[in-house]
Amino acid sequence: MNQLLDDLFRRTSGQIVATLTRILGARNLALAEEVAQDALIKALQLWPTEGVPANPSAWLIQVAKHRALDLLRREQWLADRAPMLAALDAVSHPPHADVHLRGEPSLPDDDQLAMMFLACHPILTREARVALTLKTVCGFGVAEIARALLSRDDAIAQRLVRAKRQLRDADVRFELGPDEYHARVDSVLDAVYLLFNEGYGAHAGDDLIRAELCDEAIRLASVLVEHSMTATPAVHALLALMLLQAARLPARLGASSDLLTLAEQDRSQWDRRMIARGLVHLNRSADGDTLTPYHVEAGIAVEHATAVSYAATDWRRIVELYDVLLDINPTPVVALNRAIAISRWRGAKAGLDAVNAIVRTGALRDYYLLPATLGELSRACGDEAAAGAHYRAALACRCSEPERRFIERRLAEVVP
Amino acid sequence: MPEFTLMLRDTGEMFAKLGPAEIQSTIARYRAWFDRLATTGKLKGSHKLRDRAGRVVRRSGSQVMVTDGPFAEGKEVLGGLFIIDAPSYEAAVATVNDCPHLDFGSIEVREIEIMRT
Repeated sequence: MNQLLDDLFRRTSGQIVATLTRILGARNLALAEEVAQDALIKALQLWPTEGVPANPSAWLIQVAKHRALDLLRREQWLADRAPMLAALDAVSHPPHADVHLRGEPSLPDDDQLAMMFLACHPILTREARVALTLKTVCGFGVAEIARALLSRDDAIAQRLVRAKRQLRDADVRFELGPDEYHARVDSVLDAVYLLFNEGYGAHAGDDLIRAELCDEAIRLASVLVEHSMTATPAVHALLALMLLQAARLPARLGASSDLLTLAEQDRSQWDRRMIARGLVHLNRSADGDTLTPYHVEAGIAVEHATAVSYAATDWRRIVELYDVLLDINPTPVVALNRAIAISRWRGAKAGLDAVNAIVRTGALRDYYLLPATLGELSRACGDEAAAGAHYRAALACRCSEPERRFIERRLAEVVP
Repeated sequence: MPEFTLMLRDTGEMFAKLGPAEIQSTIARYRAWFDRLATTGKLKGSHKLRDRAGRVVRRSGSQVMVTDGPFAEGKEVLGGLFIIDAPSYEAAVATVNDCPHLDFGSIEVREIEIMRT
């Protein structure tokens, strides 16, 4: 049997949606999605008994094209059908079907790029951008998006419908001028980073699909760096950051799916190829004079990824980078990470003072990592009673299953 | 050896909800099932029926009525036909036990009756 590439249908679906949206106009995005879905279902009905065609994605694109032509000839309500028909007729062979594999950057594809910008349009909320990107660009189904984002099917379906309605009401254009791509790339980066963090927060106990979000985010950023219009220093910085972080994922879980701290991880399991790719992009992010939070976070990730051992980590340099980050992105989460770095550099007591400064602001009250950090640092200062109380407070917060087990393990160690 | 028809019915609604990756993996499951039937020599023939087309012909009084169909919303419609060799109903049913179609619709298994002289 003809073996299909793992993500062939996702990629081809994204290609069909993007190409048809260009031809039919952004207001007909839902129609483009429907046509793409019809083509995939047609394959489902025919391929099992008739066999898989020699060029599967070309077949799917042809079926979608004919279905769209049928629709256009029938639907009188579509204005300007003549140019649409001509453009559809011109769709022949897919520009680069079957050539890209999972995790590899795909060839430049203007439709795909324009689709990313449409899905990440600034009029949409960040959550809507993430969902719509997964649906239209990444080829995820509604149920898959819901699972990946820990939401319900109907909530995601609603979010998608609302986003498409907003795009239609605003009558946005699909293709943008070079300047517009440049000006709007931040709204795309923001969604890509949110997507990455959703995946990065996932653990082995979670649905596997959540971990795929990291791959998708890296793929999307790779598309952005392939195009001269969108390959800004910030894009290179974000791609570097994600590669450097994702490189460490394989070492994050121990034998029984328990979370391992940075100190406990087996560094030989880190993905050296990814780290090397990350360093290349970090280098290219230094062009120009912009310093984004992505640059600084990538700088921090480099310190971890290139330290030969936990003991060899340059914590002083990391604290300095957090100081810079706090300056351009003053959020309590950054402050908390900075406090942890301080404790590694200047000891638990100094770290505890820094965390308590955050506690006094009242921020992060429901974030498990705040009491969990207080527990770790209290324990390092020799105050096991306080540590126990903090671990208990952390367990009262929402966290993932491996995180909960990690804290329970710590609690058991201080409470005999 | 007796022959059986397998009639695969579905509403189409379940398929519509699948995402691209799920459609791809479903195709792989159908193909694995179909290949098993073919390689064990049980399969005599198969037909996929075209969607969104069809006529239902009925006599009404003195007239022959032709209606488009069957497209009834929410009702299972025949989508595919298979003919297999099997020694018994039990054996015929066993061949569809692991058919992925059961996730989406029903399969009617019927023996083909042959007139004996």
